[in-house]
Amino acid sequence: MTTDVIEQDSHDEHHGDHKMTGMKRWLYTTNHKDIGTLYLWFAFIMLLTGGALAMVIRAELFQPGLQIVDPDFFNQLTTVHGLIMVFGAIMPAFTGFANWMIPMMVGAPDMALPRMNNWSFWILPFAFAILLSSFFMESGAPNFGWTFYAPLSTTYSNGSTAFFVFAVHIMGISSIMGAINIVVTIMNMRAPGMTYMKMPLFVWTFFITAYLLIAVMPVLAGVVTMLLTDTYFGTSFFDAAGGGDPVLFQHIFWFFGHPEVYIMILPAFGIVSTIIPAFARKQLFGYSSMVYATASIAILSFIVWAHHMFTTGMPLFGELFFMYCTMLIAVPTGVKVFNWVATMWRGSMSFETPMLFSIAFVILFTIGGFSGLMLALTPVDFQYHDTYFVVAHFHYVLVTGSLFSIYAGAYFWLPKWTGHMYNESLAKWHFWCSLISVNLLFFPMHFLGLAGMPRRIPDYALQFADFNKWVSIGGFAFGLSQLIFLAVVIKCIRGGEKAPAKPWDGAEGLEWTVPSPAPYHTFSTPPKIED
Amino acid sequence: MNKGDELQNSDNKDSAATKQNNKVVKKLILIVFGMFGFGFALVPLYDVFCDITGLNGKTSTTAAVYNVEKVDTQRVVTVQFISRTAQGIPWKFEPMVREIKVHPGEMKLVKFYAKNESTRDIIGQAVPSVSPGLAAAYFQKIECFCFTQQPLKANEEVEMALQFYVDPELSEDITTITLSYTLYDVTGKVES
Repeated sequence: MTTDVIEQDSHDEHHGDHKMTGMKRWLYTTNHKDIGTLYLWFAFIMLLTGGALAMVIRAELFQPGLQIVDPDFFNQLTTVHGLIMVFGAIMPAFTGFANWMIPMMVGAPDMALPRMNNWSFWILPFAFAILLSSFFMESGAPNFGWTFYAPLSTTYSNGSTAFFVFAVHIMGISSIMGAINIVVTIMNMRAPGMTYMKMPLFVWTFFITAYLLIAVMPVLAGVVTMLLTDTYFGTSFFDAAGGGDPVLFQHIFWFFGHPEVYIMILPAFGIVSTIIPAFARKQLFGYSSMVYATASIAILSFIVWAHHMFTTGMPLFGELFFMYCTMLIAVPTGVKVFNWVATMWRGSMSFETPMLFSIAFVILFTIGGFSGLMLALTPVDFQYHDTYFVVAHFHYVLVTGSLFSIYAGAYFWLPKWTGHMYNESLAKWHFWCSLISVNLLFFPMHFLGLAGMPRRIPDYALQFADFNKWVSIGGFAFGLSQLIFLAVVIKCIRGGEKAPAKPWDGAEGLEWTVPSPAPYHTFSTPPKIED
Repeated sequence: MNKGDELQNSDNKDSAATKQNNKVVKKLILIVFGMFGFGFALVPLYDVFCDITGLNGKTSTTAAVYNVEKVDTQRVVTVQFISRTAQGIPWKFEPMVREIKVHPGEMKLVKFYAKNESTRDIIGQAVPSVSPGLAAAYFQKIECFCFTQQPLKANEEVEMALQFYVDPELSEDITTITLSYTLYDVTGKVES
């Protein structure tokens, strides 16, 4: 045991007796479980913040005409809603999962770089404080869309560009550090005998996602830096007057932006691929094809970016190239959906809340995938571009896709995190309320988009009024339903039925071999992996 | 094995693991900086790529030399002129001819009118763009006001010349070329 104490003393200031209390415990922590918890709570707070902005958006769109907010503030709402949900809710939630689960799943005592781990979390609140503080300034918050196209964010900026750029820089540094930590942990700290192809699929998806982050977050940092110098230091990267090209901005942005959307969905694939086998009581169908499909999606994500720009006047060859490459992504994604369905096929399934969210994920994410396929077709994209059809598409993949997988994972591992079973009936309420309201919220948006309602506009033509009313009602209901989740989690932390080490009889993986709640330190000596 | 040896071993193991970690971290940080650089490298790469393929409709910024051997009188290409002023430049700026028909290879001279309608001196810069983008490489300008900056004193007006020809090599599919000029205020940039 001597070795353990030494190891922990050098990596971990608050082992055993000298554990810190209060704020200091969380500020100074280098424990992967603490940091995972911090990430998850931060993500949930950001989800509610971004959700509150969305509520104002839906209230404004409840009926035609301008009621509550003026158009400029409406633009600020849509922009900050997007930024918070992407960088503040979904991405940190996945990093939280990575921190909590990866070391336990690969049989490691902690993340490889615990101090950097602390730092990568604690700079995040500052990034969002900077971003949100701009709401209270004279110029207002960023109002140029989360995609911050030049010249909207340079020549026509309302003065918030600097705050936006620095916030994104900090978020980027945080993500890069988190990703480096994940890669190093997975490469160097697997238990002896755990070869790459024996890793849980969850770990694989985070491994590939981390590489995507390392590859594209620096490009985002570069493009916001160019934006900053264009706006304040007189360079002309995107300014036609000085020989630059605004379309270049879109190319660089989407070179980051498209891998980014897979950064937000690949971990979801990993979570769902863990949960479905557990509740179907069968092995995951086609493990290695899942690994290769994930890797293929990641590689293809680098050569499809211009499908976001079909209407910028690309030559025919370019449009065809990006159209076919985009449609090609449907193949590995189809492999995945097929594998999930095949895993459930003839399984002895039971429908606890994690499984319900996972099944909803498979169906609704596929709907989002199909509308994505429609958008990939260049000729029809000219009609759908910048309409609510696009809004419907990416909310299906991000809310009923990524967010539902996060809920599924949260319910699945809550017993392991807290040591208590959550309240199943309350959780089912959360699921059914969310499922019904989210479809009421996003499904009619398809029709609105096809009928020509443009996105990011605070007012609309009269014929869209009925659908928008229902969408808004769905929005409020969905927003409120998320408070049920908060109630479930708080109840679960405070008490409840004692959870056994392995509460789900079909679950597999090293995390279920340690007691619930997981002790502060797990796998100080690596477990042995049998064949 | 006594306690001291165990300690020694664990230390060795620890530093070996740290070394291994540092090796991976260094490689990953290298990728991070490489990709940061790549983002900036995309700027010149994009320019070169567009220069070769003519993707973004940018025309050459230097004067072309007229060396057409034979005017293709069989074909007619319509050339349209569009002008707009960027936000914040109080000039009137418009083509004196909106549209002309030319034979590929034939040289033409058209004029644009500009007037500074403000009470201060302003330097303007017109930036051309050709649509469809693939025609940009075949739209040859022998003389263009867009090659230089155009200073105008308060209330001064000027007629600016554009002399061009359409290269006979232009694809037969293209029958209409639109040349758009956007006029920017570059006074601040010139002075600084």
